Amino acid sequence: MGNVPSAVKHCLSYQQLLREHLWIGDSVAGTLDPAQESSQLSGLPEYVKIVEVGPRDGLQNEKVIVPTDIKIEFINQLSQTGLSVIEVTSFVSSRWVPQMADHSEVMRGIHQYPGVRYPVLTPNLQGFHRAVAAGATEISVFGAASESFSKKNINCSIEESMGKFEEVVKSAKHMNIPVRGYVSCALGCPYEGSITPQKVTEVSKRLYGMGCYEISLGDTIGVGTPGSMKRMLESVMKEIPSGALAVHCHDTYGQALANILMALQADTPFRSSVDHPCDRVSESVAGAAHGC
Amino acid sequence: MKMVSTSSMGTLPKQVKIVEVGPRDGLQNEKNIVPTAVKIKLIDMLSEAGLPVIEATSFVSPKWVPQMADHTEVLKGIQKFPGINYPVLTPNFKGFEAAVAAGAKEVAIFGAASELFTRKNVNCSIEESFQRFDVILKAARAAGIAVRGYVSCVLGCPYEGKISPAKVVEVTKKLYSMGCYEISLGDTIGVGTPGVMKDMLSAVMHEVPLAALAVHCHDTYGQALANTLMALQMGVSVVDSSVAGLGGCPYAQGASGNLATEDLIYMLAGLGIHTGVNLQKLLEAGNFICQALNRKSSSKVAQATCKL
Repeated sequence: MGNVPSAVKHCLSYQQLLREHLWIGDSVAGTLDPAQESSQLSGLPEYVKIVEVGPRDGLQNEKVIVPTDIKIEFINQLSQTGLSVIEVTSFVSSRWVPQMADHSEVMRGIHQYPGVRYPVLTPNLQGFHRAVAAGATEISVFGAASESFSKKNINCSIEESMGKFEEVVKSAKHMNIPVRGYVSCALGCPYEGSITPQKVTEVSKRLYGMGCYEISLGDTIGVGTPGSMKRMLESVMKEIPSGALAVHCHDTYGQALANILMALQADTPFRSSVDHPCDRVSESVAGAAHGC
Repeated sequence: MKMVSTSSMGTLPKQVKIVEVGPRDGLQNEKNIVPTAVKIKLIDMLSEAGLPVIEATSFVSPKWVPQMADHTEVLKGIQKFPGINYPVLTPNFKGFEAAVAAGAKEVAIFGAASELFTRKNVNCSIEESFQRFDVILKAARAAGIAVRGYVSCVLGCPYEGKISPAKVVEVTKKLYSMGCYEISLGDTIGVGTPGVMKDMLSAVMHEVPLAALAVHCHDTYGQALANTLMALQMGVSVVDSSVAGLGGCPYAQGASGNLATEDLIYMLAGLGIHTGVNLQKLLEAGNFICQALNRKSSSKVAQATCKL
């Protein structure tokens, strides 16, 4: 998720993570009457849009640098599977994310299939301009629901990051380029531990308000469980239409698919978005960082 | 703006009984033969972790399942913690007798919702298998021994493919009426998905009380935890799982096996559902058996655990 440092050295101990995430009580919603129950359980969206993040989020966390032509071939193959959105690369400084150093070549080199969208990450205005020059027609910006994560990840506070994103979004709007917003640490932070749904809502609302057409809510370190997913979504959906929301679940603790199922059940309308790393080998920040 | 339905969780049980099948279903599918002492230590460690039910072994012929050849020594060798059940598999009457002689207080019998699977697995038809079970159930009743029933292939069969919920109902109902106190519904090859799980359970729940049902999900296609969540939302409160996700899949080489108990506990804890299991001690047990087997744990929680 985002431009995460390759080594998260100051993560919480496992014991603390457990303490933070052992919710007491709550979670049982009360009895449904039979009519409600059958329609609720079948109340899944008819269609789910999958946002394939393997070439960016996936490869970014792989140790081995993948050659440019392999990245291009990989994305071309993904384009032929029917995926409608494939996140191609990140226009970030190669000093921070060496894997994405070939961003322009990859963007220029892929075959852009009709009907498929190819967003790219642009952490700042400089990245945005490079992305546009390389032919990008959709971009993403990365916020976080945690101050510590924001500071360690992009070296500024949440407020400062919003300022930077506003610049990017303004420029993007000018050029009719849609912007997707990400919110990292939506269900927990490697530094702060527990993250309140209210904070996630606040950051999501800022990004949505400034013009992001969709907000991807990321369980960056995979600590979430269906209960915390539900609570977080309940809060965010009070302020942002569910049609503008996506979930991005990491499988660090094996919870990703169950969390996604919960999100799908959360009264989503006709269409919803799920971010899907095609290749789960690299897994999440936490997995790569701990090297456990 | 739509509000999230607060009933999107269904009615989750307040507590879930975990049936730990690692020592039997798990080890049975592991290539390396595990020494008896290691099996005993694993079970003792699982007992210390607070698991309420631990399937200890299988009284099957070593010709078929060499890993379980030491069934008698294992059952006799383990510490029997008060409050913990140690069921053993008994595929036939001979196995049942050997189990009782070795001190078993609870046994398990294995049916299937697929004719072909039954034939390939136990060399008889479903109907014939019931006749064999009847003999065991009668003897168990006379001896005051509880019997748990398993139904394999409830969401799909490696030979027949799709399995109708009606067939699952038929087999489950039969086992329940014959005297099994609980029926574990197994997605043997892990092909099921939450929708199929829901359909199957809806059908079975009409004929067998919910409290007598358990689910046993394999993770061959990564669906185990999602399927289990669906089952919990339907009201099931007994879940089978295997420490470290032990056990591969004899039908899909290289595929993963059972749902990992650690990952299940993690989810249940996050949902505020009581299990009585100490995750830390469970992780130790998983670590122990993986070292003995010289393999990595299949539990994501185990893999993610920081060793600080």
